[in-house]
Amino acid sequence: MNKRRPYVRPMDGWWRRNPFFVEYMIHEGTALFVAAYAGILLNGLLHLSRGEAAWNVWLEGLKNPLYIAFHVLALVAISYHTYTWFKIMPRTMPPVIVGGKRLPDGAITGGGLAVAAAASLVLLLAVWGMAR
Amino acid sequence: MSENQRTIEIEVLRYHPEKDKVPYQQVFQVPFTDDMSVLQGVQYIKDYLDGSLSFRWSCRMAICGSCGMMINGEPSLSCETFLRDYYPARVRVEALAHFPIERDLVINMEGFIEKLESIQPYIIPKEKRTLEQGEYLQTPEQLNAYEQFSSCINCMLCYAACPQFGLNPEFIGPGAMALLHRYNVDSRDGGKAERMELVASEEGVFHCTAVGYCSEVCPKHVDPANAVNQNKTNAAADYFLRFLAPKGGAK
Ligand code: SF4
Ligand code: FES
Repeated sequence: MNKRRPYVRPMDGWWRRNPFFVEYMIHEGTALFVAAYAGILLNGLLHLSRGEAAWNVWLEGLKNPLYIAFHVLALVAISYHTYTWFKIMPRTMPPVIVGGKRLPDGAITGGGLAVAAAASLVLLLAVWGMAR
Repeated sequence: MSENQRTIEIEVLRYHPEKDKVPYQQVFQVPFTDDMSVLQGVQYIKDYLDGSLSFRWSCRMAICGSCGMMINGEPSLSCETFLRDYYPARVRVEALAHFPIERDLVINMEGFIEKLESIQPYIIPKEKRTLEQGEYLQTPEQLNAYEQFSSCINCMLCYAACPQFGLNPEFIGPGAMALLHRYNVDSRDGGKAERMELVASEEGVFHCTAVGYCSEVCPKHVDPANAVNQNKTNAAADYFLRFLAPKGGAK
C-alpha cells in the first residue's frame, strides 16, 4: 500500500509570516489612499461643474480638521507607496543598457524617486502661483 | 572536537506520513563549531540523535540546489547558512514553504518538475545547422541577454518565497519562468512563440502581483521576478499586436 500522504500546510495569515510580506501588504494597502484621494478630487470636480456656490461648499468642507488630518495621513501613505513602488521598479522592467553596461538597480530607483520629487515640486509651485 | 565547540538548539518540523496526522516541532541539542552549516547541524542529528530524520542534500557547496529549507522562516540553502549566525538563539528548520511535505524536511516537487518540462527548457533551434556548418556563434551582448537567467540551480527557494504560488499551486512560478525567459531571449532559439502561449495562459505570469521576495532569496542572483514581469509586458504586447497584424501571418 502507498504510504505517501503529502501534507499541505495552510496559507492562513501568510502575510504575517515574514517582514517582507508585511511591507508588501502595507504597500498594497497604501494604494487605497491613492484611490481615496482620487475620489476627493473627482468630488471637487463634480462640485465645480455645479457652479461657484457648490464649489465653495466643497472648499469650505476641506477646512474641517478631520479632512486636514486625512490629508496628512494620505501624504504619508502616498509617499510610502511611491518609495516602495520605485524600490520594486528595477525588478519589473527590461535591463537598461547604458554605454554597454547594465544600469544598476539603485540608479533606477533613485532616478524614479528624483523624478517623482521634481514633478511634485513643479506641481506644488504651479498651484501656489495660481492661488496667489 | 575543538575547545571552541558550543551547543545550539535546532528545532525541526517533523512529519512522518505513516504515523503523524500533522507536523510537529522537535528540539535537538546540537554541538557545533564555527565552520558548521545548518545542513551539517541536521546531519549531526541524523547521525547521532535521530536516524529517522529525512532531508535532501548533495553537493554541500550551493550548486546542486537540493538542500533548500525554511531557516527561521526564510527560504535558504542550508549548506551555505551557518549555525554560528544564530547562536545563542535557537534555529528553526522547516521544509520549504508552499510545497506539500513528503516527510520531515523533504518536499514533494512533482509539480515543479512538471512545470520545468512544460517550458521546454532547451534550445529549439531557429535554423537547423548540420555538423559541417559548425557551431552556432553568439556575441558577448547576445550572451549577456540570457546569462543571468541561466544560473538557476532549480533550488525552488523562490517558490517558497512566493505567496501567490502558495495560494495557487498551478501558477508556473518564478524559477520556471526565469528558465523560460532564458531560452526565449537566446539568439539561437526559435521556440518563443510556443512558450509565450504558456506565459499568457491561466497558469502564466498574470498570477504575479510583484511581491518581489523571490528575487531577494535567490542564491544565484537570477532575479526571477524580473523574468516574470518582463513577460507580463511581452504577453500584453503579443495580445495587442495580434489585432494589428494582418491575418495569415504575412508581414
Ligand atoms: S530562480 Fe533562483 S531561487 Fe529560483 S529555483 Fe532558480 S536558483 Fe533557485
Ligand atoms: S547541498 Fe547542494 S546546494 Fe546545498
